[in-house]
Amino acid sequence: MIEKLHRWWVPLILSATLVLLLLGAWPAFAHKPSDSYLRLTPREGGWQLRWDIALRDLEYALGLDRDGDGAITWGELQARETAVVNYALEHLSLRTGETACVSRPGAVQVVQHSDGAYAVLDVALDCPAAEAATLDYRLFFALDPSHRGLLQVNRPTGVTSVVLAPEQSQYVLDTAPGGGSWRPFVSYWVEGVWHIWIGFDHILFLLALLLPSVLWWENGRWRPAAALRPVVLETAGIVTAFTLAHSLTLSLAVLSVVNLPGRLVESTIAFTVVLAALNNLFPLVKARRWVLAFTLGLIHGFGFASVLQDLGLPSDALALALAGFNLGVETGQLTIVAIMLPFTFLIRRTWFYRRLALPVGSAMVAAVALVWCLERSLNLKLLTPLGGS
Amino acid sequence: MRAIMKPLLAVQACVWLSIANPVLAAPFTPADPQQVLETLPRSIADPQMQELQELRRQLATRPDDLALALQVARRNLAIGRAEGDPRYTGYAQAALAPWWDQDPPPPEVLLLRAVLRQNRHDFAGALADLRQVLAVQPRHPQAWLIQAVIQQVQGEPIAALQSCLALRRRAVSLSFVTCWSGAASRGGQAAVAYRSLSQALAGNFAASPEERQWALTVLAEIAEQRGDASAAETHFRAALELGQRNVYLLGAYADFLLDQQRPAEVRALLQDEQSADNLLLRLALAERRLDDTVWQHHTEVLEARFAAARQRGDGAHFATEARLRLDLRQQAPEALTLARQNWAQGQREPQDARLLLEAALAASQPEAAREVLDWLERVRLEDERLAKLSQRLQELKS
Repeated sequence: MIEKLHRWWVPLILSATLVLLLLGAWPAFAHKPSDSYLRLTPREGGWQLRWDIALRDLEYALGLDRDGDGAITWGELQARETAVVNYALEHLSLRTGETACVSRPGAVQVVQHSDGAYAVLDVALDCPAAEAATLDYRLFFALDPSHRGLLQVNRPTGVTSVVLAPEQSQYVLDTAPGGGSWRPFVSYWVEGVWHIWIGFDHILFLLALLLPSVLWWENGRWRPAAALRPVVLETAGIVTAFTLAHSLTLSLAVLSVVNLPGRLVESTIAFTVVLAALNNLFPLVKARRWVLAFTLGLIHGFGFASVLQDLGLPSDALALALAGFNLGVETGQLTIVAIMLPFTFLIRRTWFYRRLALPVGSAMVAAVALVWCLERSLNLKLLTPLGGS
Repeated sequence: MRAIMKPLLAVQACVWLSIANPVLAAPFTPADPQQVLETLPRSIADPQMQELQELRRQLATRPDDLALALQVARRNLAIGRAEGDPRYTGYAQAALAPWWDQDPPPPEVLLLRAVLRQNRHDFAGALADLRQVLAVQPRHPQAWLIQAVIQQVQGEPIAALQSCLALRRRAVSLSFVTCWSGAASRGGQAAVAYRSLSQALAGNFAASPEERQWALTVLAEIAEQRGDASAAETHFRAALELGQRNVYLLGAYADFLLDQQRPAEVRALLQDEQSADNLLLRLALAERRLDDTVWQHHTEVLEARFAAARQRGDGAHFATEARLRLDLRQQAPEALTLARQNWAQGQREPQDARLLLEAALAASQPEAAREVLDWLERVRLEDERLAKLSQRLQELKS
């Protein structure tokens, strides 16, 4: 009897309890989980935070859908704007040592992500001292431990991505924004100088253009310039034209207005060096050589742009970084000119300079550049250690 | 050489940047306060949600009430399963927080933790939790059932069969037959499995709509495996007609329709299903075949979601992304890599095997499919679609 009863009851009990646990019977989830997106950018006296929080998560935490119609309108979000901002900022802190940074939230906006609408908070964080700041993130962790904060820190040196989770809710922002907004400028300036100095093709191009600047072409041969003033003026003209040209194309490429394939750019740069050097041996452009510098310089800008893309540009300080890099390139060039010009000016009258240094030097430059040009365009490897910028 | 390297590096840097740091779109301020920004999957007026809200309120005042916490967690998991939405597993975990990290937590919490871990593809963690439950309560039916399902997902039909048989010691129920048939059908006994499950469904078992839906879905999948399209159609329809929303079932039926070259029906079925990735993918696949240009937009949305998942360090999207790369982007090598990652994390159902075989074929890399072919042979899975693919791979090799 007991046996019978048992048999009859068990399926009922089983099915009642199993129902809820058939959950296990369906594989894997299909949705994007809950994430918020944070982007920190250094600024004068602190950091700027852009923080995207899903409206669905805010609804769960605070209840935005006042009329309960299953839709969240802009009006409903605006009505709870203060509550949203306060709730978010209660769950995030940035402190330097014992002192918390002061947060100044701006107006809430909206953005669409791949899984729906997000509220966008724009918060200025004023940090007292120029030391390392610690970010502590706790948003939604108590409600949904699978929530994550996807943090992106934009530093002048590059972008860092961090995932903030309940077991890893803190992140130390090690470069203090002490130098404020000038940091990207300075570090990109350094990159610019460095790039010119290690970029043999740019140096050779300048060298080829500047070798004859202490001379002038008359009756089929180079003659020494009489005074320093016209020499300096011509050199300044050439360098400025080169800078203007590559700044122009560099900006166009970085802003994605013009995009050229890297291999084409690199081979053409080598070719410009060949042209500049050949022009010393068989002068076609004799006066106004700044025109040559400008025309050929255009292509060098695209080469610089690929370096900048390698470095990664801070989107918030784009103009500053570009200006810094350009001025860095300019500084690097001027340094080379400053070393070379006095020297060539002094020896310009010698037979050595006019008959040997200029023609043989130019020929060598042309030869090396021609090899680069072939290597780069045909994807060969003829000459190893030098080459490339 | 550097001249060639550099553009390459630049391209790599750009690719890396776009993966690691999805660019944030520019925010805007809507002009109209009436503008709808977000539609919630379930409004708070939904009776199920209201009930849950009430339970949450009670739990907020008594967070240490285990029975109440379990109730909240189970409700959340049930909604999460229906919607395919991982937020609800998070809510369930939050309700169980006071016990979550205990060593060991109470058996009921362990059981739910196993379900959660399985959903997050932490199969080893889930099985460990179940072993703990079974060590204390060796006849716990739910623990055996969940264990069987995980073993099936992991492509271990023999082990799954044994777990199902442990269920039977309690009683014969529709869930037992479904469990057993599902495992047997993947272990070389598809015909017997199909017959038993049909009979069980026709019999008078006391079963809830959820149990029936599960049974009908498994039955439809066995019919598909045996190449009986009309039977599969009947069972899928019967499962859908039970009216229980289920994202997994919708996806399985959409796959069936796509195999039957019926994309227009897929589009009609999934038109409003854009939040679950697996359904949005099927919608895009159907739209593409119908030359509906929206597929491109839907594909981009999915790619953005995968980028976020990668940034998060999640692997749950591998299979969906592999299918997207293979069928929508014609990127066979990338698809193959993802399909192999999916396989390597222990996701080994027939559809995972199929994905890897198709990707290996498309990428002309028959060797990459070796592991799957060995597995097919070992478990003796009978599946017409997989058999055809294996044959084509063999031909490619020779």
